Amino acid sequence: MKVLAIDTSNYALGIAVIDEEKVIGEYITNVKKNHSIRVMPSIETLLRDCDLTAKDINKIVVAQGPGSYTGVRIGVTIAKTLAWTLNIPLVGVSSLEILAAAVGRYFSGAVSPLFDGRRGQIYTGLYQYKKGKLETVESDQILQSRDWAEQLCSSSEPILFVGNDLPLHQGVIAEIMGEKAQFAEITEQNPRPAELAFLGMDRNGVDIHSFVPNYIRLAEAEAKWIEANKAKNSN
Amino acid sequence: MKKEQYIMGIETSCDETAVAIIKNGREIIANVVASQIDSHKRFGGVVPEIASRHHVEQLTIVLEEALTKANLEFKDMDAIAVTEGPGLVGALLIGVNAAKALAFAHGIPLVPVHHIAGHIYANRIVAEMKFPLLALVVSGGHTELVYMKEHGHFEVIGETRDDAAGEAYDKVARTLNLPYPGGPHIDKMAQAGEATIPLPRAWLEEDSYDFSFSGLKSAVINTVHNAEQRGEKLIPENLAASFQESVIDVLVTKTLKATREYNVKQVLLAGGVAANKGLRTRLEATFSTEKVELVIPPLYLCTDNAAMIAAAGSIFYDKGQRAKLDLNANPGLDITIHNQ
Ligand SMILES: [Zn+2]
Repeated sequence: MKVLAIDTSNYALGIAVIDEEKVIGEYITNVKKNHSIRVMPSIETLLRDCDLTAKDINKIVVAQGPGSYTGVRIGVTIAKTLAWTLNIPLVGVSSLEILAAAVGRYFSGAVSPLFDGRRGQIYTGLYQYKKGKLETVESDQILQSRDWAEQLCSSSEPILFVGNDLPLHQGVIAEIMGEKAQFAEITEQNPRPAELAFLGMDRNGVDIHSFVPNYIRLAEAEAKWIEANKAKNSN
Repeated sequence: MKKEQYIMGIETSCDETAVAIIKNGREIIANVVASQIDSHKRFGGVVPEIASRHHVEQLTIVLEEALTKANLEFKDMDAIAVTEGPGLVGALLIGVNAAKALAFAHGIPLVPVHHIAGHIYANRIVAEMKFPLLALVVSGGHTELVYMKEHGHFEVIGETRDDAAGEAYDKVARTLNLPYPGGPHIDKMAQAGEATIPLPRAWLEEDSYDFSFSGLKSAVINTVHNAEQRGEKLIPENLAASFQESVIDVLVTKTLKATREYNVKQVLLAGGVAANKGLRTRLEATFSTEKVELVIPPLYLCTDNAAMIAAAGSIFYDKGQRAKLDLNANPGLDITIHNQ
């Protein structure tokens, strides 16, 4: 079974093709460039270099978010369309889980992968390997990095933080958590699309039509509208 | 014998998710539109982020419905035509990336289409084009006079310098406390009223085919405020009729003048505001005495749809226009990209 994995949820663009027991090919960049222009050519190049065509793919796994709304949508749109038209299963995996999968394997405690969420906020969650399987300890959410660090202080074990946006929040986290916070090395900050592929490989396919990104947050206009309606109804 | 040509069109530039299949450039085999209008109504206008979210929810559903209706498969398609721009960038991105994925998966040529070229080619589904022709394009985002000397060649001879006609309609509708989208409401009210309130007409320079509607919009708002301050009661139907008459006067007069100067054989109406009854009636009356054919497509081809994108795509496909997999959404796309 060949799995194609697509991750465009942040600046990093990752494409991978795996077989059951082998990473056949991976393409990763971490530059601030337009995903819309580059994703399809990257998929085309990678498959061609691996002597594969679209029809050889048996499953698609996509990073479902959180992340940049537009970025996640580009990956999800391509993944949905490919899976639908090739009539193969589609699996969505948390964009944060991908980061935790790689670094958490050789770390006994929990991993907090993070992306910047602007205005001091981060998208994060808590993941930990238990008996060789990655499990979700705290589901993906958005909150102030300060609040998150304070929450994690009560943990008995150290927490490993990972993500390209660490430089924006490492100071605050280190200040609050001290020794309890550990930080991954630069070479591990990019999400590995091969990890994404393996995370999704054994999961059941979803209903393709109703599959949507996990934005975590409502659209701003929607949130305001709900807020305004609440106020109206309580008056 | 020449094989039949099938083109799939994909359109996601604003708040309609649309897929269509057109045979030989003119015959609709399937035309599916999922409108988001009910979702945007509560905000009083299209919210770009919400439009993009809905496109992701709808696109594969709409694709499947179009193929099922047509009873065709991707291997039957000669090309996939997709709206490259103009429009909301986040919304356009969904159609563009889905189209690229389909083109790649099946090895089908990809044809990029300018949204306004699509609106103009909606006419070809109802009547074969006769050149040279003039198209009056009026929609929420556009007010343009486009001259075409032949298939696939566009020359914008006049455009709005500020608000599009549809925008002015929406803003005036808000002033009159009408729900979004305002255009149809004003049109309906105008039918019940009389144009008794003097409002300006922006003719601009003598030789210009450009338009300007922001002055008219401000005049309407001032009229309402002044009446409020004096404690006078305006008859909203009359205000709607007066506003609509000003818009239509300018649109029709400039179109007629250009028709004569450019000696065209056909005048085409295009864009969402083409649904306006007042505009249709006046154009029909004006051109009934002219030696030029007036084409007004049915409503479902005037508002955003993908049949028009496929119809335009059919011409561009024949001309050899293709996009590669690095095609991007282009919110500021110029219609002259199609001219060769
Ligand atoms: Zn339009």
